[in-house]
Amino acid sequence: MNNNVKELRETILRISGVDPKKCMRCGKCSGACPSYEEMEYHPHQFVYMVDKGQIDKLMNSKSLYRCLTCYACLERCPRGVEPSKLIEAVRLMVIRQQGMNHMKPDDLPAKLDEEMPQQALVAAMRKYSK
Amino acid sequence: MQKIGVFVCWCGSNIAATVDVKAVAEAMKSEPNVVFATDYQYMCSEGGQKMIQDAIQEYGLNGVVVCSCSPRMHENTFRKTAERAGLNPYMVEIANIREHCSWIHKDMEVATQKAIQLAKAAVAKVRKNAPLTSGTSPVIKRALVIGGGIAGIQTALDVADAGYDVDIVEKSPTIGGRMAQLDKTFPTLDCAACILTPKMVDAAQSEKIDILAYSEVEKVSGFVGNFTVQIRKKARYVDPLKCTGCGECTEKCPSRKGKNEFNMGLDNRGAIYIPFAQAIPKLAVIDPTQCIKLKTGKCGICQKVCSAGAINYEQKDEIIERQYGAIVVATGFKPISLEKFDEYAYAQSQDVVTSLEFERIMNAAGPTKGQLVRPSDGKHPHEIVFIQCVGSRDTSGCGKPYCSKICCMYTAKHAMLVREKYPDVNVHVFYIDVRTPGKNFDEFYRRAVEQYGVDYIKGMVGKVAPIEDGKLLVQGSDLIANEQVKIEADMVVLAAAIEPDPSARSIATMLTASMDTNDFFTEAHPKLRPVESPTAGIFLSGMAQGPKDIPETVAQAGAAASKVIGLLAKDHLVTNPCVASSDELLCNGCSQCEKVCPYGAISYIEKEVRGPGVREVKRIAQVNPAVCQGCGACTVTCPSGAMDLKGFTNSQIMAEVDALCK
Repeated sequence: MNNNVKELRETILRISGVDPKKCMRCGKCSGACPSYEEMEYHPHQFVYMVDKGQIDKLMNSKSLYRCLTCYACLERCPRGVEPSKLIEAVRLMVIRQQGMNHMKPDDLPAKLDEEMPQQALVAAMRKYSK
Repeated sequence: MQKIGVFVCWCGSNIAATVDVKAVAEAMKSEPNVVFATDYQYMCSEGGQKMIQDAIQEYGLNGVVVCSCSPRMHENTFRKTAERAGLNPYMVEIANIREHCSWIHKDMEVATQKAIQLAKAAVAKVRKNAPLTSGTSPVIKRALVIGGGIAGIQTALDVADAGYDVDIVEKSPTIGGRMAQLDKTFPTLDCAACILTPKMVDAAQSEKIDILAYSEVEKVSGFVGNFTVQIRKKARYVDPLKCTGCGECTEKCPSRKGKNEFNMGLDNRGAIYIPFAQAIPKLAVIDPTQCIKLKTGKCGICQKVCSAGAINYEQKDEIIERQYGAIVVATGFKPISLEKFDEYAYAQSQDVVTSLEFERIMNAAGPTKGQLVRPSDGKHPHEIVFIQCVGSRDTSGCGKPYCSKICCMYTAKHAMLVREKYPDVNVHVFYIDVRTPGKNFDEFYRRAVEQYGVDYIKGMVGKVAPIEDGKLLVQGSDLIANEQVKIEADMVVLAAAIEPDPSARSIATMLTASMDTNDFFTEAHPKLRPVESPTAGIFLSGMAQGPKDIPETVAQAGAAASKVIGLLAKDHLVTNPCVASSDELLCNGCSQCEKVCPYGAISYIEKEVRGPGVREVKRIAQVNPAVCQGCGACTVTCPSGAMDLKGFTNSQIMAEVDALCK
């Protein structure tokens, strides 16, 4: 792992608060994920790849934007690893590299839906800015 | 004139690499009363001990300080050394310059200074030591085993075999425990009942074993060799001397809503029931929460049909009191509740069962007479999914952080039995790791894969959802193929984590035996004293101490029995003379010490006290030296300074503090 990758990895771990070393590779996250088929890299791979420093691949993958932020992986994980927070952090890294072109907050009220977790909207601010 | 010898141990390089042992010995030579000081490579070796013995004789030492490892390691060794040389063993003090000094410091100069300080404190203490003499207490030659599963039965059989009386207290109406519920046992696939019931019969027929079934330990007092235990014999509403176990009452009982505990609640039983055919004692028992007669006063059918006249609705709980020399905890385990695992649809579908429920389904004496059918509709399943590690190795707060140890093997067993009996059924096993250490264990698991064609999938299930046709959609990871798999299953079997039986906690409190954070009993030493509790006279057998399979449980049960036998074989125990005592002249009878004593060793008496200028009847504290464990809680609580602990007197401790603060 070179220094740039190391730094990127550290930043992602810091802003997500996730410790990938807690993962015991059971794959329950990917077993629970409703977007699994849409993804090139699956939730358990996110955890593994961030830990191994293969972050470039993740940042350039459409998989990032297939995550619904439904938190199923986070809820089901027996070790409290919270993969969805890690995915969110990788998305954030993409945005930070692009500058601050978020979806506009003014667009939010029209999108509010009782059935949808508000976290999904927050995530959408990052997702749909690409 | 006191003559003290100081002996500084190198412990090879453990101490000598960090502490300048020669400097410590040299510094001690100038301490008052120290007439001899030396150092040696291994003080605990025969040569080292001889050195101490010779010095005691040559210099007429009446106090010895050994600067070495923790007193937990070798205090006893050096006390015996002193005794051999004619010195009272309690005139020996240990300065711990290994764990408390060399192992935790790097700087030699600082560590040496600290070692000198610690040695000075020990010298200051030994100056105030007084010779102490151990007493003895008798050993009651009877053991109590709490729990009548395979662990308790095996311990009782082994203790009885050595010729000692032993009682088994079992809270449910029969002995046999969890093993009695199992169908087959790994890795040999012999039937659990076939190998367990002969042991149950042996226990019942042994003249040395008294089985107190449907009874619970209510209160424990006393100490090693001399426990007094109150046992509640719960009302069966059936006279055990009259009941023949014919079962007529159980068939005629009109109440049919009681969940059959033996079948894990998969079917119902009458309010009056016999747990299973080979139950011991084979006696009927009335469940008062279900009995119509006990609840409403109307019914009484069982009484009418009982030709032996054994039914007695007036029976009450009975408390009996017995004395024991040793107590064995064999309280066993249960599967965890799955309420926090909604994703597996256990509460939503009857066709999602735990592995213990599956044992009952597969068992010829079970609710389906051994036919593998779906609990919901009685149909034959074609697709079964087993999910391992349900709640095991789970640090999220829903489950247990430990590996339950037995699940990999019993799941392989279940999978194999299904494929053997029903080759048309497809069996899938989702696993995280397959853990099969043990004799013939991995071979067993490989047989499931290679001979029986069980489909092992590396990955966890994320979701089980009931779908149309009464099927269950199982969605999980296949990490090797990097795929998400979806299986339409007819049944799902969950390998639920195991946990200690909930009754263990109150028993631990009564016994003052310690438990770990998961409520497993802790052993006195994890490697070297695995079947003893740190509380003297309490021994551990089976799952109460941690997850284990039947062979390990039986081995541990035998080990616990041998420890019990070793204790009961003694006529007397040597008691620790380091016990508390109260000064009658200073005691003001405030009862503070009585309240803090965890062992119930302190009582109060009215006594005429005579002292200089004093002659009065006072209420004063009295310590039972046989019960006192020398913890010192009373001495720090006593407001008047009347309580003192022999071997650790207030003046000794203050002398140590003074030496350290100088």
